[in-house]
Amino acid sequence: MTVDLILFLILALVSVATAAGMLFSRNAVYSALFLVLNFASIAVFYLLLGAPFIAMAQITVYAGAIMVLFLFVIMLLGAEQLAPIKVLPWQRPLAIGLAAVLVAETAFLLIMRARPAADIIPPAEAVNTVGELQRLGMSLFNQYLLPFEVTSVLLLVAMVGAIVLTKREKGERE
Amino acid sequence: MHFSETINTGFFFLAPWLVFAPVIGLLVNIILGGWFLKRSWGETAVGTVASLASGAAFVVSALLAYSVYANGGHGESVFLAQWMHIGDLQLNWTFRVDSLSTTMMLVVSGVGTLIHIYAIGYMHEDVRFKKDEKRYQRFFVFLNLFIAAMMILVSGDSYLMLFVGWEGVGLCSFLLIGFWYDMDTLGRSSWANSNAAKKAFITNRIGDFGFLIAGFLMFWAFKSFDFNTVFEAAESAPPELILLITLFMLVGVAGKSAQIPLYVWLPDAMAGPTPVSALIHAATMVTAGVYLVSRSAPLYTLVPEAQYVVAMTGAATALFAATIAVGQYDIKKVLAYSTISQLGFMVAAVGMGAYVAGMFHLVTHAFFKALLFLSAGSIILGLERGHHHLAHHGGGHGDHHEEVFDPGDMRNMGGLRKTMPVTFWLYLTGTLALAGIFPFAGFWSKDEILADAFREGYTGVYWLLTLAAFFTAFYMGRQIWMVFFGEPRHEAAAHAEESKPIITVPLMVLALLSIVGGALNLPGLHTFTEWLEHTLEVHAGEFVMSVALISTALALAAIVISWLIYGRNPLKAGQPDPLKKPLGLVFTGMENKWFVDEGYKAVILDNYVRISKFLADVIDWRFWHDWFHEKVIAGTYNWLSNVALNKYADQRGIDAFANGLGEWTKEASASLRRVQNGFVRSYALSVLLGVVLILGYLLLK
Amino acid sequence: MVPEIYYLVLSAILFTMGALGVLARRNALIIFMSVELMLNAANLAFVSFANTYQQLDGQIIVFFVIAVAAAEVAVGLALIVAIFKSKHSIDVDQMSSLKG
Repeated sequence: MTVDLILFLILALVSVATAAGMLFSRNAVYSALFLVLNFASIAVFYLLLGAPFIAMAQITVYAGAIMVLFLFVIMLLGAEQLAPIKVLPWQRPLAIGLAAVLVAETAFLLIMRARPAADIIPPAEAVNTVGELQRLGMSLFNQYLLPFEVTSVLLLVAMVGAIVLTKREKGERE
Repeated sequence: MHFSETINTGFFFLAPWLVFAPVIGLLVNIILGGWFLKRSWGETAVGTVASLASGAAFVVSALLAYSVYANGGHGESVFLAQWMHIGDLQLNWTFRVDSLSTTMMLVVSGVGTLIHIYAIGYMHEDVRFKKDEKRYQRFFVFLNLFIAAMMILVSGDSYLMLFVGWEGVGLCSFLLIGFWYDMDTLGRSSWANSNAAKKAFITNRIGDFGFLIAGFLMFWAFKSFDFNTVFEAAESAPPELILLITLFMLVGVAGKSAQIPLYVWLPDAMAGPTPVSALIHAATMVTAGVYLVSRSAPLYTLVPEAQYVVAMTGAATALFAATIAVGQYDIKKVLAYSTISQLGFMVAAVGMGAYVAGMFHLVTHAFFKALLFLSAGSIILGLERGHHHLAHHGGGHGDHHEEVFDPGDMRNMGGLRKTMPVTFWLYLTGTLALAGIFPFAGFWSKDEILADAFREGYTGVYWLLTLAAFFTAFYMGRQIWMVFFGEPRHEAAAHAEESKPIITVPLMVLALLSIVGGALNLPGLHTFTEWLEHTLEVHAGEFVMSVALISTALALAAIVISWLIYGRNPLKAGQPDPLKKPLGLVFTGMENKWFVDEGYKAVILDNYVRISKFLADVIDWRFWHDWFHEKVIAGTYNWLSNVALNKYADQRGIDAFANGLGEWTKEASASLRRVQNGFVRSYALSVLLGVVLILGYLLLK
Repeated sequence: MVPEIYYLVLSAILFTMGALGVLARRNALIIFMSVELMLNAANLAFVSFANTYQQLDGQIIVFFVIAVAAAEVAVGLALIVAIFKSKHSIDVDQMSSLKG
């Protein structure tokens, strides 16, 4: 048991626990806060996997901006809780059953079909290049320039769309 | 150059105007007649137009006759138009102008014109007695149409053109017999007149059937209808064929010229106005059969058997009709049977090959029979006037309104010699001509027939005709005594008035012709024989003194006998015919036309109706309609469509499949619809299910 | 080094939990959060692969996923707000007007 493995297990436990907390909280605010914690734990995984930029982006964008937006909306709508109405009685058990099957299948697939770690031979010249932020930037602005720019347009459109959707129409009753 | 051409061709080019002139006349009267009749001079105008049209045809006929004469008696064919052109068959409308046809043209248009003029006066009164003045115009249109059709008949260059005219005059006859179609001869509302018209038409159809068969045979054998072609080809044809053709033609002749056994329509045809009886049913149309036989002389000459049949038919008809005429009371009926009898003379003559005698009698008969009919018309009008006079001025005789008065019944007449003197003399002339008293026209023509029969060895025919001549003189004498002598047997006769000159003047012309008509063919001169010689193979008949003496003596005897019976003791009102008692059953037979109509009815008509009813009820209705059509065809069809196709194939097969498909689709979609429940989570669930399943598949692969 | 397979199993578990959240919860916001959880699970797998194969492409894809997720959240939350304005509820089970 290396330190890495102990750390991984603890973090994995945290992330699964927080995900479960998000799922089972009656209150939406709690769910959001659990999710923030979950995102944070995953950011630590990213650091462990040698992706510091992604880890930072995860913290700032996900745990910060997105979840704050969630909280804003929850508070704004006052929809922390819903009246218990049973509309689809078989939905939940069926979902749980299917989810269990999915986990089983995935785990089986990963464990039985995955190649042994020894078979993976990283390219020689690519060794220790993952963690370099500079290389990430170079790759992003050379090879992935077009998707990057398209993403900016996408963000702009999303912004406009969000404004249009939530804008109060002239003469619309509150 | 031109002059000599005109001399050579004569006036033959005018031939089409024989037909065009009356057609123009009738068109003018159709179009303008109604307008004319609204004017006071309208009737005169309509009558004048028609008379002028007929007169124009007479002028053309005269010019054509002159042309034939100037041409040395040789005829010409005048082509007018192509009628039909089918393969090798060329049918043209060609006028044949020769001495025979011009003779007929002159008779038709000449007598026709006189009758047109007479009709101006006659119809003026007739339409008033019958109370429908609008028919005045129609009468003259029909009359002109008849002249046109008759001209087509006599001028045709082929049997087919002749048949066109033949049917045309048949149609006019039908139209004019049924002229007062909605009443009977006494003016009472009834269909009697139109029934008479139908009887004439249908009887003639039987005759025309024979004519048509003859025409078909002719065309089948000779491939032509043209007179010349047929005559030339007939010489080398088998005699049996010619016999067949001529005998079938005789059926047509019997129909049109009222011979045994198809004569029955002619007495009923007297339902037409009197000018019609004179023109169509005495002078012209009924002689078409005689003309046909004369025209077909080259055919008949080839087969003596057919000639014998024709001659015997004519002779038998002559005697048979003459006996019936003795027993008739209606003035026109007597003349009608007399006409049948005289037509029998003509047919017998042409049957014997005595074509000149037949045609000669045709011409003279046209004169004196037209004269007699028109005079009878004058008498009828005179009585109508008297009856009318009584009705208006009768004072105490108001009940005469109710009485049905028959102005044609000789038992209502008597003593008309005093009230209608002009008509009396005219009628007497006609009677003497018909009875064959020297020197009237009838004497010469009838005598020539008798002489020919005697000389040619047709003994049976000779005696039949001689006997018929005796009866002719007798019934004409009877008529004279009954109509003109004695005391009036009805008040209308006592008040009868003489007719106007418009009626009597044409009669005088006819009377003159009846007197001098015999000059056409006096023994020794043979003018008419020489004239017809150019067309027909004829020989001048010798005058046989013994024959002439016998017939004259018989005629005189008959008149004397009639005086003894009817003249010496004039008939009293209501008294039965004096012959009734001594003759008994024989007279009853004469009176009732020997029950021929009844016999036809019993033998032919009733059976015909029975067969028709059987065919209609049993064969057509019950068998074909009820059983075959309804049960077999419709039933099978209904079964097929209702049961087999509809119930099983359609409803249980196609419908079941189509509806089932629809139902199944509806049910499937109804159940599938529940999948689309609108809950986004269940959609997501189905996506997950898909993921799980695909993963499972990948795992197990 | 923690073996790659551990990360992948963790990713699968988190993804399944996200999916379960989407299927089991009625609150639109929670469903949305579950979707984010699923995205994160996928991201984790990507980063794990990038580390294993020493290739930056995995990280770059994660970068784009984060950017697109931001846009998605902005639009998605705007939609939820718009729906709430008309229905006064964010219960997805009440949004079933399109049922057949």
